Amino acid sequence: MSEVLAPAPASVPRATTAARTAVPKIALIGNPNSGKSSLFNHFTGLNQKVGNFPGVTVDKKTGVTNLMPSLRAQVIDLPGTYSLYPKSLDEKVIIDLLHDKKAASYPDVLIITADASNLKRNLLLFTQLADLKIPAVLALNMLDVAEKHGVKIDVAELQQELGVPVVPVNARTGSGIAALKILLSQQLEAPRPTFFQIPDELLVMVRQIRYYFELSNDYLAWHYAHQYQKLSFLSEDDKEYIAELVKKYGFKSNALQAAETIERYTRINGLLLDAMRVTKAQNNEQFSNKIDQVLTHKVFGYLIFFGVLFMMFQAIFAWAAYPMDLIDGGVAALNAWIHTLAQGPLIDLLTDGVLAGLGGVLIFIPQIALLFAFIAILEETGYMARVTFLMDKIMRKFGLNGKSVVPLISGVACAVPAIMATRTIDNWKDRMITIFVTPLMSCSARLPIYTVMIALVVPETYFLGFLSLQGLVLMGLYLIGFLAAIFSAALLKWVLKTKERSYFIMEFPTYKMPRWKNVGLTIVEKSKAFVFQAGKVILAISVILWVLSSYGPGNAMQQAEERATAELTALNLADADAEAHVAGQKLEASYAGQFGKFIEPAIRPLGYDWKVGIALLTSFAAREVFVGTISTIYSVGDSENISTVKEKLLAEKDANGQPFFTPARAFSLLIFYVFAMQCMSTIAVVYRETKGWKWPILQMLYMTGLAYASAFVVFRLFS
Amino acid sequence: MQGEQKSVRDLKIGEKGIICSLSDPEMSLKLLEMGCIPGEEVILNSRAPLGDPITIIVNDYTLSLRLDEAATIKLKA
Repeated sequence: MSEVLAPAPASVPRATTAARTAVPKIALIGNPNSGKSSLFNHFTGLNQKVGNFPGVTVDKKTGVTNLMPSLRAQVIDLPGTYSLYPKSLDEKVIIDLLHDKKAASYPDVLIITADASNLKRNLLLFTQLADLKIPAVLALNMLDVAEKHGVKIDVAELQQELGVPVVPVNARTGSGIAALKILLSQQLEAPRPTFFQIPDELLVMVRQIRYYFELSNDYLAWHYAHQYQKLSFLSEDDKEYIAELVKKYGFKSNALQAAETIERYTRINGLLLDAMRVTKAQNNEQFSNKIDQVLTHKVFGYLIFFGVLFMMFQAIFAWAAYPMDLIDGGVAALNAWIHTLAQGPLIDLLTDGVLAGLGGVLIFIPQIALLFAFIAILEETGYMARVTFLMDKIMRKFGLNGKSVVPLISGVACAVPAIMATRTIDNWKDRMITIFVTPLMSCSARLPIYTVMIALVVPETYFLGFLSLQGLVLMGLYLIGFLAAIFSAALLKWVLKTKERSYFIMEFPTYKMPRWKNVGLTIVEKSKAFVFQAGKVILAISVILWVLSSYGPGNAMQQAEERATAELTALNLADADAEAHVAGQKLEASYAGQFGKFIEPAIRPLGYDWKVGIALLTSFAAREVFVGTISTIYSVGDSENISTVKEKLLAEKDANGQPFFTPARAFSLLIFYVFAMQCMSTIAVVYRETKGWKWPILQMLYMTGLAYASAFVVFRLFS
Repeated sequence: MQGEQKSVRDLKIGEKGIICSLSDPEMSLKLLEMGCIPGEEVILNSRAPLGDPITIIVNDYTLSLRLDEAATIKLKA
């Protein structure tokens, strides 16, 4: 077939041999739920890397695959989208990549995935991509599902109509992948047909943009006219240039976009007349609808949902405890073993500083893995869409999203995996609000502090013979945290401004069996992302904290140790308590001790002294460290035993000889820990998820401020 | 209801309608992409237990959207 190509500037490459000598770059693109990610997993397996698209919180998944034994290719998985006109920040990544030929990962060829059971809508994106004239293959997925619904697709005819190779694939089983690879290892041409004609009266303007930017085709220039404000690679001068043209020609972006979409659908309907036959017109969604009658039922729907939440909660709260204990024990054993081999300050830095910090990172993996196993299954089966559907109306009142429920509830176990789970929220504002308020939910690390402080000041009495007063106080603390989260969200809803409009409009996917490979890869990916991205920050802070509490100015530490050892004979303490006494004196002399004394004036209004100040600093590593530090500083030998800790703390006297831990002080501390962002891991993960320090710092200031003010009020009220 | 054009919001469960126009210019872009094209048939499929959001069937697949979004999809009388 001879084809006259439109005149193009010489600088435009057409998948030339020069490009072939380097590792070819393949981009996967398609509608959400079209099997794109499964296909990516088939191509790359464990050979994938998660990076970032510049400047946004969108994961950039890349991997390497062998097209032939001797031909490797790089594959990039783009976010799912319905069109090339982005409606969210995630989708904007796509035009930044595809509209900039100079982009480092500009693809040589596209694999466009399409769901055959929903072909019409999937082809909309295809026709837009085809008009960009990037060499492409259409991977037609779910032909079996389509057939079950009575839709028969003539692949040869479709290929003829679309002008690109069409490969039937099954992203579940991986069939068709081999055929795709063979095709991709050959030279592919840009799609020939043009599906959308740019209106004649605007062609002059479009050509001006095209030649100014040396673009290879009119449709790309047309997109520049529509989206120049969103294209981050254009300079201000470039944008100005387009803005003037757009104004001069009265280019009405919205109306033109609408007309374009309608024209494309008309064209698609036309070409599908020959390529697709619907034999029995029936409701495709019958099976899913039957399940939905139960799963979105006004009673059973919520019951089942809360059952699922309860299971997830159990998993990250209780099941994760076993592997976490193993990690904890393993790191401790390793440290002890190293200490038997060698001693010295450098060994201490390695063991108590670095290895302990590393343990503090690894300890989160069980929770992250379990939570994401659940989330991946919920997403894969299509149940997550139902959760959103059930909860949207309630959550929207508070500026949250139906999908915020899962992170919020997971936050009761641990904010770290919970914040990572906010990725499922598409809307930027909703996601930020959810990230911001999730750490207010009382996590499991707060529980040790709650238990000790409650045991200290709340009597062990029962109402009506079974309602424990201590239990009620504990529940109250959880409730306060929850209310703080909800109301902070409502507050942020007013404060946060966004240009992005929030839509709920989304595909309601049919129920499917989860693909276990995808679930497994999600777990691996999330754990890796945490360890390598948030892990660095956690490790750094924990080493700093260790140095602060192990070293002091000058030889203060040494003097403290000598003094404490000298006192021992007079005190006549048991072995464990003697050790604790020395450790306590040393901690007081350390930089952390100095810090505690330094901030004492600031925390005195809350009822705390410098000893509590030290614990506030060290518990920044993880809240539960509070109990350990308090035990050290008050020389409690056996910090595992709550009643021993309690005895010691009760015996602690203030300057006037009165008990130090009055109810006022204990409640003030409790409230402080309900609200305060006392967790470096959360800060690290927020930093990772928001790609910057702005959000974690704001969050820290807000939570600490709230904690300080509330603790102050509580201390005044009770004393 | 005088002079008010019927929208998807007003459908009963199982009731059909033909899309006439989309009244919110910005949101219409999203709806068009999702296949809510004037002339297409829509069926109200279900409502969430609290009445909002809803699911509709259009173009042979199920789409969920909020009531105020559904209100912008005007139907032929």
